[in-house]
Amino acid sequence: MLTFTIRRMLTSIPTLLFISIVIFGLLQLAPGDPMAQVPLTVPPEVKQKMREALGLGAPVHIQYLKWLNQFFIVEPQFLIDWMTRDSFLFGWLPDTQFSMVYDPELEKMVPQQRNISWQTRSPIMDIVIQRIPQTLWVVGLAYIVGILIALPIGIYSAYRHYSVFDQAGTFITMVGFSIPPFFTGPLLIVIFSVTLGWLPSIYDTTHVVNDWASFKYQLSQMILPVMVLALQTTAQISRYMRASMLDNLNQDYVRTARAKGLKEGVVVMVHVLRNSMIPVITVIALGVPSIFGGAIITENVFGVNGIGQLLITALFANDIPMVMTITFIFAIMIVVFNLIADVLYGVLDPRIRYD
Amino acid sequence: MTDTANEIDPYAALQDKEPGKPPRNQWLDVWDQFKKHKGAVFGGGFLIFITLAVLLGPYLWTVDAQKLDIRNKNVRPIWIAIWDGGAKTLWHRPFGTDNLGRDLLAQMIAGGRASMAVGWTAMLLSLSIGTGVGVAAGYFKRLDGLLMRLTDLFLSLPILPLLLVAVTLFRQPLRANFGPEGGMFILIVVVVGLTSWMQTARIVRGEILALKEREFILAARSIGTTSGAIIRRHLLPNVISPIMVSATLGLAVAIITESALSFLGVGFPSDFPTWGKMLADAVPRMEEYPERVLLPGIAISLTVLGVNYLGDGLRDALDPRIRGR
Repeated sequence: MLTFTIRRMLTSIPTLLFISIVIFGLLQLAPGDPMAQVPLTVPPEVKQKMREALGLGAPVHIQYLKWLNQFFIVEPQFLIDWMTRDSFLFGWLPDTQFSMVYDPELEKMVPQQRNISWQTRSPIMDIVIQRIPQTLWVVGLAYIVGILIALPIGIYSAYRHYSVFDQAGTFITMVGFSIPPFFTGPLLIVIFSVTLGWLPSIYDTTHVVNDWASFKYQLSQMILPVMVLALQTTAQISRYMRASMLDNLNQDYVRTARAKGLKEGVVVMVHVLRNSMIPVITVIALGVPSIFGGAIITENVFGVNGIGQLLITALFANDIPMVMTITFIFAIMIVVFNLIADVLYGVLDPRIRYD
Repeated sequence: MTDTANEIDPYAALQDKEPGKPPRNQWLDVWDQFKKHKGAVFGGGFLIFITLAVLLGPYLWTVDAQKLDIRNKNVRPIWIAIWDGGAKTLWHRPFGTDNLGRDLLAQMIAGGRASMAVGWTAMLLSLSIGTGVGVAAGYFKRLDGLLMRLTDLFLSLPILPLLLVAVTLFRQPLRANFGPEGGMFILIVVVVGLTSWMQTARIVRGEILALKEREFILAARSIGTTSGAIIRRHLLPNVISPIMVSATLGLAVAIITESALSFLGVGFPSDFPTWGKMLADAVPRMEEYPERVLLPGIAISLTVLGVNYLGDGLRDALDPRIRGR
């Protein structure tokens, strides 16, 4: 298993490189000039200098390698320094100085040049790290809620196959599967915010939770986006859960378990459920990246100040380094969760041996 | 002895009054099974209805979707008058008008045209790429490793962000070459088609790998049939059912993707209605005019729901193990 995991991790490196080349190539091919917004009164030679300062003068492969260097070497160094300096978890460790380089002119240590956003002129990773918690709160909670709703629905509709509950459940999951989030979002806003006035329609990111009332407000503003995202998750996962339970309920070992006098609850909830969870867990792992993709739309609808909205604003502002970094973060997530799913499958199912 | 010999008529089977029925067509069986799935029949019917509506609609409802009629702006749909007599409704604007006085029914038809055209074309494109790659990978052993590796790589691309990037960045040159609508149409179709063929390719490859080892392929090869003819005559007709099922899924994905892009404001130009664009334009004023959100939203959702049900029914109907149950 360990060799498989290591081999699988090694093969994901070329995958990531391929994806980075695709993203980089796409952005290179794209028209659009970062100097387009610089006033026309700026003389051309100054413009050329500005271009070089942004690293645009270099040949394409140099730009690509520099970008890789920034993403995989420089930024992790800054992350380690930040963790040993400020973070709660590793703050007790002695402070590291990985990200500092010696500047002979100033004769002291200065931070390395970081990958900056053309839009805000600040390091991209800092902005991304500021935005990630909002996305994680909404998306992560939505995913957990979705799974918690989906599993019982899937189990029960498989156990009572063709019952009214099963029919209704399959219909509702089909509907949830088909209605796009950019319609459920406004629909729920019309119902719960406009007509009933129960919940706020816009997610207030600046809201600080410090007492019971503000906590309740935080909960109420999270309900709508979480529900929209959870509907999609629920629909997908309960379908898988139902199919997987149905496969297992007809197996011979179920009859054996009943024949030896086990209670029905034990048969279903222990024997069948544990076996049916194997494919479902991999599906859950595989679904994590796609729900982040879906969050792009949901964040846009509810005004959540997360990473998806950052991508959209960066795209409209032609902020290519930012777009590239965020897209690549999404890609890394997909590759990592594919890896996790593969490994989990091998760990959970003893019948599967990769070696 | 002779009595019993007379009683038993040894030639009864040869003296049937009517000739034996010809063997039933496979597609009749499929149709019988398909009819049993009520949701699939509804879904297929709705898809046909919406396709006909957007194709024939402009001839029946001849109002121009782009025509501004600023005096009759913000007209509510006619059914609002049932419970709200004071609402501004007009009989010749049954679905109402938007904030510039454009007729909503005509916009729905025009928008549906765009959405369905994008959906069908992108689906056909992704289907042909997927089938091509799948057949090539399944049939030619030399290509298998390479093509499947490529499929895996495409599967790990972040699709929605890449779609957004591609559409935003390549909008200008294509618009300059093919006109604002034509350029956008080509861009969205190509981009959706290029990013959604992977599932089809995997399914088709699996089927081809299994079929390739069967005796009839061996027989075909032994009489000297070329690879191209084997693929065209023997393999493709046998993988038609998984292809049809993934076609329905592809149509649903393409319609949703186009609407999502339009919703995020990177789709078609602002004066060209599509369902996603109408939905996005209506969101800021949905408190006063919820029907403008509901109409395109319900249209998208019902179409996708219908297509998904159609796919479900087709999968059941085309699977010979389920058929007849």
